[in-house]
Amino acid sequence: MLALQILIDGFAISALYALGATGFTLIFGVSGVLNLSHGAIMVAAAVAAWAAASVFQLDSYSGALVGVAVAALLSLATYFTVVQPIQRSNKIPNEEKEIFVLTATLLWGIMIQEAIAYFFTNNAKTVLPIIEGVVNIVGVRTPKNELFTAAVCCLVIGLLWVLVNRTRTGKVVLAASMNPRGVTILGFELTNVYIVVWAIYGVLAGIAGVLLGMFLGVSSYSVGPLTASAFSIVVLGGLGSVSGSLIAAFVVGYLETFTAYMISPAYRSIPALLLLVIVMYIRPQGLLGRR
Amino acid sequence: MTSFFKSRLFAVALILVILAATLPWYVSGYILGLLTVAYYFGVFAMSWDLLFGFAGEVNFGPTFLIGTGAYTAGILNNHFGMPMYPSIAFGAVAAVIAGFVLALPALRVRGPYFGLTTLVAVLILQSFIVVFADLTGGEIGLTIPDVLSIDAGVNYWIALGFMVVSAAILFGLSQSPVGLVLQASGQDPVQAGALGFNIVKHKLAAFIVSAFFSGLSGALLVFYFGTASVGTVVDIAVGVQVIVAAVLGGRRTVLGAALGAIFLIVAGEFLRPTGELATFIVSAVALLVILFFPNGFLGSVLSREARS
Repeated sequence: MLALQILIDGFAISALYALGATGFTLIFGVSGVLNLSHGAIMVAAAVAAWAAASVFQLDSYSGALVGVAVAALLSLATYFTVVQPIQRSNKIPNEEKEIFVLTATLLWGIMIQEAIAYFFTNNAKTVLPIIEGVVNIVGVRTPKNELFTAAVCCLVIGLLWVLVNRTRTGKVVLAASMNPRGVTILGFELTNVYIVVWAIYGVLAGIAGVLLGMFLGVSSYSVGPLTASAFSIVVLGGLGSVSGSLIAAFVVGYLETFTAYMISPAYRSIPALLLLVIVMYIRPQGLLGRR
Repeated sequence: MTSFFKSRLFAVALILVILAATLPWYVSGYILGLLTVAYYFGVFAMSWDLLFGFAGEVNFGPTFLIGTGAYTAGILNNHFGMPMYPSIAFGAVAAVIAGFVLALPALRVRGPYFGLTTLVAVLILQSFIVVFADLTGGEIGLTIPDVLSIDAGVNYWIALGFMVVSAAILFGLSQSPVGLVLQASGQDPVQAGALGFNIVKHKLAAFIVSAFFSGLSGALLVFYFGTASVGTVVDIAVGVQVIVAAVLGGRRTVLGAALGAIFLIVAGEFLRPTGELATFIVSAVALLVILFFPNGFLGSVLSREARS
């Protein structure tokens, strides 16, 4: 019975992690940017959905849409105001652009976080779930919302796969991650590719944020841990490898759920961190990474 | 080196230090307390700059070194009744060991991968502190029985003296041949190695020096505060502040890092009337400086001087 419970809870958490980390790794794969404002964008989406439903009295579907739209806008704002100026700057030497992007997105994330705390306080907010109620799966009482979360995550990841592998835009994005210069020579504007990727990322982070808000609730304190967990999942799976992050998300999700149920919720994140350190020592490029 | 003592930078630094040393005679204890914390932060930022600006290692976990030093000193003093100064010394030694542990992956992995390892090191230290709450005081914090001094002026002078001595050593090191080799191995390790320099040895030395000063400063800080808590010496937010201070002041200048730290702490205090928006404004200013003056305060001044 407990095993089944871990199986179900772990699946929902892992699917959510996977969704959050996919966009993160996509951006790294295509433009080499690690976006440390990730957690802030996810929380902003959840808080926007919460505000739309509770302050502006919208129904939960429209609320969720507002959340996703806010995340997409914030993501594009991140690209245009923070990332692009650094990439184009001629004052910063190329080999140091990485640390500048990291520091700048981190500061940007703190600004979003503080703005949320200022306008909507630090209190934890739970977005009203789209589907309520519980179902009984072989004796395990499971909230329908948890199943809904898992289903949406899988669906969105599937759609992303179709988008990247089966459409023309997706193929350009894929090509840009393999050889940016080649894509430019074929006549595609690299900036447009980046805009597409940041928009996709924003939608993914937004959906993940809103679902997280329905499933566990968020507050501006969740920003740091959310960024850290996406970062570690992505590195565990191999930077830039989408399938690697999917596997890593499930490894981390199940490891955390297992620890929380079998040992103590207080130790929840420790085994995953230790695993990460071991992987870094033995296989620094991650599970499926290429160097 | 001798030309440095005649340079304008040295003259300005000397005047600033002398001015700072006279402050306790005419400013309030409140401002002294603020600056005392700022000076310890300055040492954190300078140690970080030695690793990043010179050795080229992106260390996201300065608080791993700071926290190890601070908590070791605090636990020895609180649980084992060790007197204050030996506790501080042991704190620094523990930080050096932590620096050694952190240096091991740095010799294997580079760039974002190393950055992540350091971030994880902080998270593990933080979990460790929360889990072993009996020893460390957990999330509430650890009370430290001894204090450096009860007089604000004496505390201030200790902090100022410590910062000046650390700055002299770190700056001297960065300008010495060792600093040049470090800089070379940070920018192009293969070529530096081909020129016959032992990169591993130099990088290890940089880690140890950086860890020593971070740990020492962390240990002194907890004896100033009278308490050690995750929020003041371990939290990632503290590490971010150290990094922002160093980048703001001008990376690869060492002394600029201290200026950046003092600016950050004082600015945060000046903005206190704006309430919760203070952090927002400081982050926004730091972001603007990074975007438009990527060389930081001191870096911009120095490069202008070099051009004229």
